[in-house]
Amino acid sequence: MLGKLDWSAIPLDQPIPLVAGGVVLVAIFGVLTWVVVKGHLPYLWREWITSVDHKRIGVMYILLASVMLLRGGSDAIMMRIQQAVAYQSPGYLPPEHYNQIFSAHGTIMIFFVAMPFVIGLMNLIVPLQLGVRDVAFPTLNSVGFWLTATGALLVNISLVVGEFARTGWLAFPPLSELSYSPGVGVDYYAWSLQISGIGTLVAGINLVTTVLKLRTKGMNYLRMPMFCWTTLASNLLIVAAFPILTATLAMLLLDRYLGFHFFTNEAGGNVMMFMNLIWAWGHPEVYILVLPAFGIFSEVVSTFSGKALFGYRSMVLATMAICVVSFMVWLHHFFTMGAGPNVNAIFGIASMIIAIPTGVKIYNWLFTMYGGRIRFATPMLWSIGFMVTFIIGGLTGVLLAVPPADFILHNSMFLVAHFHNVIIGGVLFGVFAGFEYWFPKAFGFRLDERWGKAAFWFTFIGFFITFMPLYIVGLLGMTRRMQHYDVAAWRPWMMVAVIGVAVLTIGVICQIVQIVVSVRNREALRDRTGDPWDGRSLEWSTSSPPPVFNFAFNPDVRGEDAYWDMKARAKQQMLDADGPQYRDIEMPRNSPTGFVCAFFATIMGFALIWHIWWMVILGGLGAWATFVVFAWRDHDEYVIPAAEVAAIDRLNLQQRRGLVSTAGEA
Amino acid sequence: MSEQTHDVAEHDLAPGEEEEHSVGARVLSYVVGLVLALLLTATSFFIAGTDLVWQPSIPVALIVLAIAQMGVHLVFFLHITTGPDNTNNVLALAFGLMVVLLVIGGSIWIMANLNANMMPMDHIMRMQ
Repeated sequence: MLGKLDWSAIPLDQPIPLVAGGVVLVAIFGVLTWVVVKGHLPYLWREWITSVDHKRIGVMYILLASVMLLRGGSDAIMMRIQQAVAYQSPGYLPPEHYNQIFSAHGTIMIFFVAMPFVIGLMNLIVPLQLGVRDVAFPTLNSVGFWLTATGALLVNISLVVGEFARTGWLAFPPLSELSYSPGVGVDYYAWSLQISGIGTLVAGINLVTTVLKLRTKGMNYLRMPMFCWTTLASNLLIVAAFPILTATLAMLLLDRYLGFHFFTNEAGGNVMMFMNLIWAWGHPEVYILVLPAFGIFSEVVSTFSGKALFGYRSMVLATMAICVVSFMVWLHHFFTMGAGPNVNAIFGIASMIIAIPTGVKIYNWLFTMYGGRIRFATPMLWSIGFMVTFIIGGLTGVLLAVPPADFILHNSMFLVAHFHNVIIGGVLFGVFAGFEYWFPKAFGFRLDERWGKAAFWFTFIGFFITFMPLYIVGLLGMTRRMQHYDVAAWRPWMMVAVIGVAVLTIGVICQIVQIVVSVRNREALRDRTGDPWDGRSLEWSTSSPPPVFNFAFNPDVRGEDAYWDMKARAKQQMLDADGPQYRDIEMPRNSPTGFVCAFFATIMGFALIWHIWWMVILGGLGAWATFVVFAWRDHDEYVIPAAEVAAIDRLNLQQRRGLVSTAGEA
Repeated sequence: MSEQTHDVAEHDLAPGEEEEHSVGARVLSYVVGLVLALLLTATSFFIAGTDLVWQPSIPVALIVLAIAQMGVHLVFFLHITTGPDNTNNVLALAFGLMVVLLVIGGSIWIMANLNANMMPMDHIMRMQ
């Protein structure tokens, strides 16, 4: 009846996951009770859960990423403490639990923090920057988000029901095969990634189509803001690379469920094929994450330097070059696994070549700042912090791309330090910059600058204290994923790293305090003009938060930096008279399809993990029926009458005009 | 999105969008495609089993027929043309082909070279 599921699945003998799970459950029930008692449930259902508005979906993606960042961060703190105390002692985490923690940390941070955060920002901002009212496939967008949430939910269920994978974040066989991992851990891993992978693919298709097909009048490819370009490149990579991940995990699952031999040691399986395929996805994946961050930095640096982006066309070229070359380097993740010198040399050189377009970008940002009037607001601090950090991470990356050096450094803490250096310094700093920069656009008030700057400095310094020691212990020969060790030379550095984690934690707390403080002071921080940073692209030309239809009129773009151009013209004309005729606007109707689909997908995923076959059929049928109901819908759009559009837009124009008249005197 | 504006020069067709032909012409194009596809399939089966041609040429012939089959599908069913209204579709196809060729070609090359740094099998056998 319940497959492999019974009471032994609850880890009653392990206090840490049980207490953590208990706290989370209490928190969730607390929030739910509060929502229901206060009567917010209908509002949440109408305005958020069933919303197909790209801005709302973007915010929900970012919320999901932030919550999961706390979970993944807790894992990181536990690992650092373990390695600080486990010198000539077993530490406080038993090996099987420690292994689950580092696997969960990697899986969560990549798939459920970095991915939703960048996809959320792209969802939120790209349609606004393109000057359009919505994404290409609004309901599909909602489905994509909720499937991602399903994956995250399944990973977290594994905390209290069953176990998570002990295989590392990519579940390499043969360890992840049934003979070595008979538990449900790898199944949790694989099914949550399969389900959220569909969500990511859907989001990728949606955003590619949006950028290619829905641009406002005059928005040529070469007038698009840089963030739209990097979004295009990143989502092209999603569409091309995620099917590889899905296929690879599907083969692993066939091995585990139906006795196939794709990656087993015996019966003709080839473990190396898994490494090859997973990294053919895995390498593009890191560019999927970092390219949008590059786009954010481009926007932020240009805005806060008060200058157009230096070398816009070379930036576009560099982005697309990275997009293509990222598919030619995946072997550098397994230089040491037996390939001959020809193969290693070619892939090593290709890996080093990626540093060239990336270097072009760094110089472009520097030259954008050169001669500009730089305002050191929080987003700008994150961007400058990124440049410093990312250059170090990039240089150690070029070092690792040299195959002989990689033979010494592979699988060491040096590697761990390198990829944290580029992912934290690149992606995380990027999404934080984007978060601070676009928060006023999403919510209508700015974030507190003092706490924001404190958060930056603690995170920035904490990062260096944590990860520079890891480079050193890597050079001293420490391998990654050690549960305990006996080498005295490593100990002091591990102690330094744990202090760094404490500083990083203060940074995270500052960030949370910043949000709380800002929400409390929101009236003082209110952004009435829609343009708090003196921005250059179209998202700043509408109110904050934007009306559901984004723009009363599709903007007419006449050059790069569309909104800057408009402001320059408007200053001469003191903005056009109320003038044009407002027209009715058709917007897509909200739809519970995404939520219901994900509900059934969760049931199906859980049942697949525990081999509860009747429930698998139930969940599968439910998801399919939801799709059929959606496909047969009659009305999918509603009309916002012209009068309402006019009322909303006139208010916005009025407040904006006040800004222009004061800005004219400055 | 009814009043969505596009660049004037960039009116292009999405896959599945109706082209401006009469029903008769469209049906004809599908029928031609179907006949060609069936012909190519039948030829493949025939070639695979025949001894009328030089045997080593059979795999090459099958590859050629498979590529022709893909071409027929692209032209008659997916409506990829070289016209200006199809630029996006052609670019998407090119990008897809590039990625597929890189991944498959790269994988074959990598997997063929994986044991380059290993001792030959008979050496290992002799050592045991």
